[in-house]
Amino acid sequence: MTDFLLQPWPWWFSGPLIGLTVPLLYLLAGKGFGISTSFQQIGALCSPRSKLDYLKNYDRRQGTWTLVFALGIVIGGFIGSQWLSAEPIEFLPAKFYSIGGAIKLFIGGTLVGFGARYAGGCTSGHAITGIANWNFPSVVATIFFFVGGLGVTWGLGHILF
Amino acid sequence: MATLLDNQNTDHLAPAPTAETETNPTARSTTSAVDSSLVYATTLMVGTFLGILFTKSEVVRWQRVHEMFLFQDSHLYLIIGSGVAVAMLGMAIIRKCEASDIYGKPIQYKPKPFHKGVALGGMTFGAGWAITGACPGPIYAQLGSGVGLAGFTVAGALAGMYLYAWAKPHLPH
Repeated sequence: MTDFLLQPWPWWFSGPLIGLTVPLLYLLAGKGFGISTSFQQIGALCSPRSKLDYLKNYDRRQGTWTLVFALGIVIGGFIGSQWLSAEPIEFLPAKFYSIGGAIKLFIGGTLVGFGARYAGGCTSGHAITGIANWNFPSVVATIFFFVGGLGVTWGLGHILF
Repeated sequence: MATLLDNQNTDHLAPAPTAETETNPTARSTTSAVDSSLVYATTLMVGTFLGILFTKSEVVRWQRVHEMFLFQDSHLYLIIGSGVAVAMLGMAIIRKCEASDIYGKPIQYKPKPFHKGVALGGMTFGAGWAITGACPGPIYAQLGSGVGLAGFTVAGALAGMYLYAWAKPHLPH
């Protein structure tokens, strides 16, 4: 059992448990599972006097839980990689450990942050929670997540990676 | 399940959002209700559980995401697929039982609306996902795992959020 837990977890173990967090978060906290709203929360907190409607009209106190949730994921990442892994996890390939790699991550991160907020959610809020609740726009969003991802990988992959 | 949860009604712990905040999203935050510390404790717990899952399932690894987009590895498709299936089943049970959360409030999914950004933003997001090998959850998990480079991804994500905040009035919705 310990051996099993210290190895990478197979999809049939981790996938269903990830799905379970959706009803779990509703039952235990009354919250809809989603992660990228925490970016808006950080923006509204860091720029309390912003004149931009997107940050000005955002309710920071109602959104505090999104940061608590994100903090939980940070802690979980620590536990999973430091205490629950027999071998170190290779998060990013060696080629990212360069100035070019850091720039790529920053630009890619910008697309992630901009796109998730423009689409109104990310993989968790749209692809998992949205589809699980038969929310049609979330199906569209998920299809376009893959349009963008496949387009970049197959169209620009030879330049980027 | 619904009756069991109803019996544990602890409404006083979690003040329900006022009508004002529900109907008027432009209301400034200072007057609105905040969550109880129990909500934050359970949220932190579920978040930690999820962070462990993201890390141990290897959703946090660039290589896995890259191989998903190359159709070389079914691992992530199976994770997303089985995750959606279980979440769907869970939500169906919650609807069928008209279950409430442990504070006695009825559980209700808030639909995300459709607009042009769902497609345009979705595509942008997907491109970033393929480049960084991480969507927002795994970005946080990478940070917690001590991956220094993830700092660039997070900085980018926040820059992207600010970019959207600034560009929103000019973008098609």
